[in-house]
Amino acid sequence: MQTALRTSLPETELASRANFAPATRVSRPLHVSGLPLSIRGLRKSFGDNEVLRGIDLHIPAGQFVAIVGKSGCGKSTLLRLIAGLEKIDAGSISFGDAAVQPEDIRVMFQEPRLLPWARVLSNVEVGLGRDRSSSDAHARAEKALTEVGLTDKRDQWPSVLSGGQKQRVALARALVSRPRVLAFDEPLGALDALTRISMQRLLERVWRDQGFTAILVTHDVAEAVALADRVLVIDEGRIAHDVMVNTARPRERGSVELAGLEGSILSHLLSADDRT
Amino acid sequence: MSLIDSVSLPRNFRLPRVDGLVQWIVPLAIIAIWQVASVTGFVPVRVLPAPSDVALAGWKLLLSGELIRNIWVSFWRASIGFLIGGSIGFAFGLANGLSQLSAKLTDTTLQMVRNVPHLALIPLVILWFGIDESAKLFLVALGVFFPIYLNTLHGIRTVDPHLIEMGRIYGMSDGELFRRVIFPGALPSIFVGIRFALGIMWLTLIVAETIAASSGLGYMAMQAREFMLIDVVVLSILIYALLGKLADSASRVLERLTLSWHPAFQKR
Ligand SMILES: Nc1ncnc2c1ncn2[C@@H]1O[C@H](COP(=O)(O)OP(=O)(O)O)[C@@H](O)[C@H]1O
Ligand SMILES: [Mg+2]
Repeated sequence: MQTALRTSLPETELASRANFAPATRVSRPLHVSGLPLSIRGLRKSFGDNEVLRGIDLHIPAGQFVAIVGKSGCGKSTLLRLIAGLEKIDAGSISFGDAAVQPEDIRVMFQEPRLLPWARVLSNVEVGLGRDRSSSDAHARAEKALTEVGLTDKRDQWPSVLSGGQKQRVALARALVSRPRVLAFDEPLGALDALTRISMQRLLERVWRDQGFTAILVTHDVAEAVALADRVLVIDEGRIAHDVMVNTARPRERGSVELAGLEGSILSHLLSADDRT
Repeated sequence: MSLIDSVSLPRNFRLPRVDGLVQWIVPLAIIAIWQVASVTGFVPVRVLPAPSDVALAGWKLLLSGELIRNIWVSFWRASIGFLIGGSIGFAFGLANGLSQLSAKLTDTTLQMVRNVPHLALIPLVILWFGIDESAKLFLVALGVFFPIYLNTLHGIRTVDPHLIEMGRIYGMSDGELFRRVIFPGALPSIFVGIRFALGIMWLTLIVAETIAASSGLGYMAMQAREFMLIDVVVLSILIYALLGKLADSASRVLERLTLSWHPAFQKR
């Protein structure tokens, strides 16, 4: 199934594969700009619903972490807490010793959340935060658009873009301020299989180029093992499993090694499911 | 998304050149048939004068300056009333859409007042203002208020909360959030309110001028009725129709200009 898809991938895919020339075949980002993330005893409830019951986690700077877990287990809540979109009930989240600016942490959601009344380029400029009105805003936004391969769409309305293109604009908007932590909440969940794979390549490429700390929530275990250095399984409000993925990049999708990992993570998820 | 696509699909099949003219075929045909029916005596002139007679009456009134004066008076009343009622409605819509407190304070009251048909207030308004200008302005403003209020409020409340959260995440200030997210998001709905309000504006004005006025198109029609000048009566009605159409077209042009991002307005 996976190999069948791979052979029929569009040109964009081939082009990005060409970028993985032997010299750039590294498994780590070229340079790490990311922030480390430490979470201690993190708890969060909504009314009587105790969603997170004590999360302890350290993510080294520049690591690519995937978070999986059954629906409603609190993945989005954890991500929103990290991004500062929800109040912490107990515990702490810290980003190393550095003073964190709002522009340092960006989130991408399943919905692109583009302003329909702003052209693609202005939508990307929104991502500059307080630098929105600076003189180089245009140039920076264009550079971010180039990174996601959408320069030619700069003057379009979002409504004419495809789902994958909209998500790429959202990615450019998240990248334009050069964030040091990028949190993704099922960003590819609404895309078709082919677009998904080329978006996964794109995510991996920008992560490798920019070296931010990446936290990807996904329900697709194959995606998690293909992209991440480390996969966390959340169950009953805690981190139930913490699995390192040591496979070298670029990774061969559907390889025996990844399939084995995928299988074992899936069985963790299923056993959690059986208990309820 | 796919719904919008399929709705605007017929645009693809439209012939571009004929577009502006096609809509006038039916009105012109009606006038032609009407003229023939009147000239041949099929329709008695006492019931409906021929279009040519109406045009002649219009020409005479135009020369005497009476027509322009009355149109101007009605137009003035309509616009001032619209501006007053529209801005108050817009202001309340904004306030109640943006502030919970304001909504709690005033929305219920406004919803109750809305259930009184504003034309039912005419006797009261005459007692208050006589047949003064302020009577007409008051009625028009009141009539225009509600569609603008309701649609502004609805527009603001239905702005995608995801977009608002996005604006906050990207550090927009309250002012910026309003200017870049909330107002543009509410605009399509505000335009619906404006189009509704324009209809109500003319209706209110016609009724008010017919009942209590000493100038304006409605007054001109009532005067003409007293003197059995049926051609002038018909002329007044036609001018009302024309002005209504003009106001609607103007709002459509404005809509097209400001909502060019909307899939429904995109050129293909
Ligand atoms: N704002 C909120 N108010 C109340 N309950 C919430 C809120 N956000 C999430 N929840 C609840 O918290 C639980 C976890 O939600 P979420 O983090 O979105 O799960 P996941 O992303 O893993 O599917 C769910 O039971 C959900 O109903
Ligand atoms: Mg979720």
